[in-house]
Order: sequence, then structure tokens, then C-alpha cells
Amino acid sequence: MSSYRIKVLRPGLLTTVQDLGRYGFQKYGVVAGGVMDTGAARTANWLVGNADREAVLEITLTGTELVIESEMVIAVCGGDMSVTIDGQAMPLWRPVLIRAGAVVKFSAYRSGCRSYLAAAGGFDVPEVMGSRSTYLRGSIGGFEGRAMKAGDVLAVKQPSLLSARIHAALSAGFEGGFSASNWHASHFAIAENLAEPIIRAIPGTHFDLFTPGSQEDLFNQTFRIGVQSDRMGCRLEGTQKLQLSSPAEMLSEAVANGTVQVPPDGNPIVLLADRQTTGGYPRIAQVATVDIPVFAQLKPGDRFRFEAVTQQEAERLYLDGERDMQLLKAAISYKFGARHT
Amino acid sequence: MLITNDANYELLPLGDSAVIIRLGDGIDEATHRKVGALTAYLEEHPFAGMIECVPAFASAAIHYDPVAVKKSRVFSESIHATIYETVCSRLQLILSAAELSGADTDRRTIEIPVCYGGEFGPDLSFVAAHNGLSEEEVVAIHTSASYLVYMLGFAPGFPYLGGMSERIAAPRRQSPRTVIPQGSVGIAGGQTGVYPVATPGGWQLIGRTPLELFSPREAVPSLLRSGDSVRFKPITKEQYNLYLEGAL
Repeated sequence: MSSYRIKVLRPGLLTTVQDLGRYGFQKYGVVAGGVMDTGAARTANWLVGNADREAVLEITLTGTELVIESEMVIAVCGGDMSVTIDGQAMPLWRPVLIRAGAVVKFSAYRSGCRSYLAAAGGFDVPEVMGSRSTYLRGSIGGFEGRAMKAGDVLAVKQPSLLSARIHAALSAGFEGGFSASNWHASHFAIAENLAEPIIRAIPGTHFDLFTPGSQEDLFNQTFRIGVQSDRMGCRLEGTQKLQLSSPAEMLSEAVANGTVQVPPDGNPIVLLADRQTTGGYPRIAQVATVDIPVFAQLKPGDRFRFEAVTQQEAERLYLDGERDMQLLKAAISYKFGARHT
Repeated sequence: MLITNDANYELLPLGDSAVIIRLGDGIDEATHRKVGALTAYLEEHPFAGMIECVPAFASAAIHYDPVAVKKSRVFSESIHATIYETVCSRLQLILSAAELSGADTDRRTIEIPVCYGGEFGPDLSFVAAHNGLSEEEVVAIHTSASYLVYMLGFAPGFPYLGGMSERIAAPRRQSPRTVIPQGSVGIAGGQTGVYPVATPGGWQLIGRTPLELFSPREAVPSLLRSGDSVRFKPITKEQYNLYLEGAL
């Protein structure tokens, strides 16, 4: 049992433990879940020397306050929530060594919607169906199947050798209450470019069933994120409603992260981490996997546009993005001389 | 039952990390058996890079890791093909193999005890009145059929059951309930189902089972699986309580 702990002073709007998701159980109707912004969460893990599948805290918008109860390396990536350590601004997208007793506060959102905090070692909550992700609607996994509350104490596992080396390297550079690396991975930040972003999408399996006008409207109008958006999906509002050419009965069929369904009211829904495993509405599009994290960072009221790409282009974007991610991981391992983590 | 190589299927991309195999276009047992056979085969013999297979009424989605598929390519597979093309050719090989059989003999039958009516089935009287039947007749019809689990979805462990008699069909409630308790047995249109976890819903509730249909700590968390056969058995309130205490 490791003695590394983080205590929740204030949970904020919504703070949950998440990892990369729960796979292999969708055939039983169990949602895949996991972090909304996989790029930010994986980066945060790698920065502290963890494997990318370790559990992190997903922090929504603002209000979260944590006490770092033992000296440890953490990293915060994703949305910029004006994070402070004992009142001093905390640099994001890099490993930061924090003294025992310091208070990390997410005070006001500057950009984005979700922030990820990784702790060296990874959060020590039990795996349920192979994952540490919290599925709130089913009260499954994470920290007792629920969102974090004031007073909760999260245990952190024993850090890896790589984490220990990052810790050692940072321990020479304390300035005030913490020591941050002078290198960073903020080129992975999508939250800085969220003024009407372009989201690439492939025409979906039922695209041809929509009217020619709706097929154009999907890619030619600006959509706004609706207020009823959450981890399950983003509800989109556009001026032009999307309509089928003729009423069609769909058989329920498996959906994926980023499936864009259109219910009869004509307002599309982008299915995200906590989506149901199957859906019965017509699918007009499928968001390219590389752009799904943008939905994690858009807030209700924010606007964006879809851009059509082919399946082949989406695949190439995925492989290119993954190559960049692996380069970051390799660079960190190389920098600290640990080939295996 | 065989899936022959008559190309009686359709492969469609579900984005850049999943493919859908459509084996039919309706809700029928023959299509369901094909889906079941394919799913069973893929679970036994997953291709490199496959993450999981999610069956539905007439199709299955196969989720894969594009990087793992790319890395696992063998000499006979073109390095110029897209990942999707590689996945499709691997699936086509599987689909053309003649030994895919979905024997009907290994179908499990699960008996679900249900306490009908009263506080557990507040809409039983509505379903009876709607069909010009007595409550007892509704229960008799509901318990006389054998139901096929076509797929699980909507909520953890929630079965889509086929085989309910049209004589007890009933429309959804005008205003959905905010919470339907765990174990509730309901009717919506020509469908019947059991709620494994508490959720909002508009189904007409006719009874409740004390059985736990979903246990996240189990290796197989769902009591029911796609392809199972389900029968409902009427029990009294006393028997319901004994089930809950573990005495039955």
C-alpha cells in the first residue's frame, strides 16, 4: 500500500476518476466510458511517468480544490482552469513536483471545459470490468461509483521507475511550493483554438437517407453546443433542422464514440464517452477520432462547423496523430533514460 | 447453420476504428443466429488489433485499434491497403469460412421469477383493460411464451426480447416515470423487457423480479446474453421476499 494521497477539499462542478474506458463489455450493454479528452489525459499520464491507461481525475469547468497530502509529481492537461498551487499559477502540460500539504485549486475557466490531473503512480481505485472509469448513471467503477465529494481521499499507487526519475530531476528546482519542468507538451493543447473550430467527420451509415438539403446543411451551417450536453453526448443546435427524405424505421445497432445521430426533431446528437452501446436513430455522420476530444472542450453555447472527410482521410489523421503521441511518450522515456516504464 | 461465402452480408465503416457487418435487415431468428455465430467465432478467434464485437438485431460492430492492426499485418496483406481494407479482408476470410455454425442446441434457457401486479406492477390493470383481458389472463399469456434475447443494449444488461404475444401489447405511458425500479418487468408496444438497473422510462410496468440481472463484479456481469431463451414464472409476494433473502 503506497502512502501517496490526494484529498478533495471542494469537488467543483463535476470531478470523476476516469481512464481510457471499459472495453469488452459493450455486448452486455455496459458503456465504454472513460476520459472525454483522450489526448489530454494520455499526455498528463506520460508527463508524470505513468502508462497512458492509468486513472486520472477529470475536472469539469471549475471549483475543484485538492490537497496534495504527500510530495508527488502531478501534471494538469486539457482545459485551462487558472490552476494555482497555494495561490501561485501552476504551469500546465508539464510535470510539476508538489510539496506535501500544497493546495491545488481550479479557480476560473479560461479556455476549454475539461481538465485532467494525473498523479505519478496513477489513482488507486479498484478495477471494475477491467477499468477504473466512473460510470455515473450505473454507479459503476471509479471512486465508489460516484463523483468526488468534499473529504474524499484518493490513494495514489507506487510510482514507476520513470516517475521516480522525473521526481528526482525536479526536486533540485523548487521555487516556492513547487518545481515545474522547463519543458512542456502544450503543442498537444486543443483548448487554445476553440473559436468556432472545424470538426472533421465522415458521412455516416445513413447519410444517403437524408434530404439533399440536409446533407449540405450538415457541412454548411454553424452548430451550437446545447445546454443539455454532458459526458453521454453533445446536443447540437443549428438553424436548419436535418430531415430524412422519407420516414425510415431503423433497427437498433451498435454505435461508436463520435457517432452523430439525428432524432426526429432534426437536431443532431454527437455520442461521446458515456454513450449507450446501441442506438436506433439514423446516423448522419461519424466524427473522425482525432477530433472527438474537441467536443470534450466545447462548452454549451460554443459554436463549431463540420468538415467532410473520407474514411481514408480520417484513418490517416488517426495514424498521424497516434505517431505524434508515441513520439511524445518516447521522448519522455528517452529524456529520463528509462526504456521501460 | 452455416454462413456461406455467398456474400450475403455488407461491410460498412463506423468511422476510423470500427466496422459494421450487416447480415440482414429485419428482426428474425435466422438473422439473429447468423449474428450470434459470427460473434461467437470472433470472440474465440479475434484478429490481431480487434478490441471487441458488439452484436445487435441484424448486425455486429467490430471495434479495432488501427495502430495494432497496422503493426500486425503479415506478408500476404498489402501494406498499401488502408487499415479499414485490411480489417475487411480479415473479416471476409472469416465470413467465407464454412465452419461457422450457430447450433441451436446450446441455447440457454433462463427462468425469471416475477411477482405480477400490485405495487410491483402498477400498470397491469391498464394492460389488461387495454386488451379486454383480465389481469390473470395477461399474466398467463406473458408467462406462457418463450422469449429470445436478440441483443443487450440501452442500459447495462437490458435485454431486447422477441416473442411477446400481440394480445398483451400496450402503448407507452403518456408521461414517462422518472425512475423505474431495478427488476421491473414492462411492456412497450409489442415488446417486453426487464430493467436490470433503475432508470427513467415510459414502459407499462406489470411486475418485478427479485433476480439480479446485472452484477458489475462478476466476470460475466449480465445474467442474460444475446441468444438466450427467457421464460417468466409467476411468484407471490412471499416468494419474492424469500428470493431476496436468498432462501429460494
